[in-house]
Amino acid sequence: MILVPCPNCGPRDASDFRFAGESVSRPDPVHASPTQWREYLYTRTNTAGWQTESWYCRACRTWFSTERNTVTNQFRVPPIDVRAGEASS
Amino acid sequence: MLTKKRALPKGGKYSGLNLLSKGMRGREWPRIIEPQPIKSAYDVIIIGGGAHGLACAYYLATNHGITNVAVIEKGYIGSGGSGRNTAIVRSNYLTPEGVAFYERSMELYRSMASDLNMNVMFSERGHLTLAHSDASMRTMHWRAEVNKLQGIDSRVIDAAEVKRIVPQLNISRDTAHPIEGALFHPPGGIMRHDAVVWGYARGASAKGVHIHQMTEVTDIVVTGGELDGGKGPGGTVTGVETTRGPISAPIVVNCTAGWGSLISAMAGLRLPISTTPLQAAVTEPVKVFLPAVVVSGSLHCYVSQTDRGELVFGAAVDPVHTYDMRGSLEFTEGLAGHVLELLPGVSKMRLLRQWAGLCDMTPDYSPVMGFTPVHGHLVDVGWGTYGFKASPAAGETMAEAVATQRTPKLIAAFDLARFADDRLVGEKGAAAVGH
Repeated sequence: MILVPCPNCGPRDASDFRFAGESVSRPDPVHASPTQWREYLYTRTNTAGWQTESWYCRACRTWFSTERNTVTNQFRVPPIDVRAGEASS
Repeated sequence: MLTKKRALPKGGKYSGLNLLSKGMRGREWPRIIEPQPIKSAYDVIIIGGGAHGLACAYYLATNHGITNVAVIEKGYIGSGGSGRNTAIVRSNYLTPEGVAFYERSMELYRSMASDLNMNVMFSERGHLTLAHSDASMRTMHWRAEVNKLQGIDSRVIDAAEVKRIVPQLNISRDTAHPIEGALFHPPGGIMRHDAVVWGYARGASAKGVHIHQMTEVTDIVVTGGELDGGKGPGGTVTGVETTRGPISAPIVVNCTAGWGSLISAMAGLRLPISTTPLQAAVTEPVKVFLPAVVVSGSLHCYVSQTDRGELVFGAAVDPVHTYDMRGSLEFTEGLAGHVLELLPGVSKMRLLRQWAGLCDMTPDYSPVMGFTPVHGHLVDVGWGTYGFKASPAAGETMAEAVATQRTPKLIAAFDLARFADDRLVGEKGAAAVGH
């Protein structure tokens, strides 16, 4: 079982969330080349260790970003609420 | 080019006569692979001692006469996906590329027991992919037509015929997901996955391939590339670093499934792969009653019964990317509910154990095979939920690519460059896809 720390609801089972994958930075839509777009769409680092990733809490409808160790499934708190753009506890 | 010489493994051919003689004289069976000292250089290094890596080594030696090959495995052979899959083989996929590829695998599986002199217990008992809605019936018709065009025995049947084939299935309308029909694939079946690994290992070892277990590759040495340390696109592979010292080789093949992106990252390559566990479970053994493999894409489960009588259950991939292979209660509960909806009669059966295997998922549910922008580094990864059934054809085509330095036609569609050129092969016939 993976316990995910939601910034609003606290730690909850992963089934209450939607996992949105490792964070990738979106290329500048005006100047990005097709190669950059495809890299953004498909290529992943797939780290074994700490990675920054996005989750969506189905209970409070919050998108947030957090760091998780992909080998042990431990989370580093605090998670960052993407909308507020600041750390919350 | 086939080599005529048939090297016999130590201990001779497995046969009834040999069994009788060993039994009468109380002789031990020799090890199937002889531990060899590690050499400082090989012609080809294959990373990953699973069914894919060992098949590649076996076909390099058998079809191409290349025997100065090392298979490097961080655990023991078959300890990864090869020993964790649910051992189902079939070729009723959806894309023409997929169908052709998996059908070649089925051909090799059919003759495998005699080719490898190993009882792989291949049982072509029939494979049913259940449809629970009009939409999924439509997909089944689509798959059946693609299959028929390529000469695969595959057809859509109605619920009554499903019941005739597997009488234990609940086809009543009084369930949350009533069975509307199924895609029936008579040649599909199950086999013993460990025997496939051991058969390829024994065959390759007899021909002179070195198999180094408990040896972990810690780095791939690349020079002349565009990234730091000479790695990355444009570079050339010169060897690997391992926990037992450096080994040089001009060709390094990555056959490592779940850990595929970590291995290729050592050569400076980023792959379109995310690693996700897939959980499976097995029940206590009972008298054999289930005549076919039953799969439900909508309910995310598949069930088959081994010759020992255990029911083997598999699920869809977990919804989180992780390298953690622990099972979860949530999975067991969900799976049990779905299985009981299909087979209410097994409600008193007990689960013996559950486990997870790592799936290296690509965005289009098709593998990544062949040459990469790093010269001498070949990949055979991205096998997601369909790697076991692909092992023989993957080994054969990767061996051909290594030996001829050209991409075989059968895997041309699965190259890494397809992600840069928008030529994705959307394989919706994969087990991980709900439909």
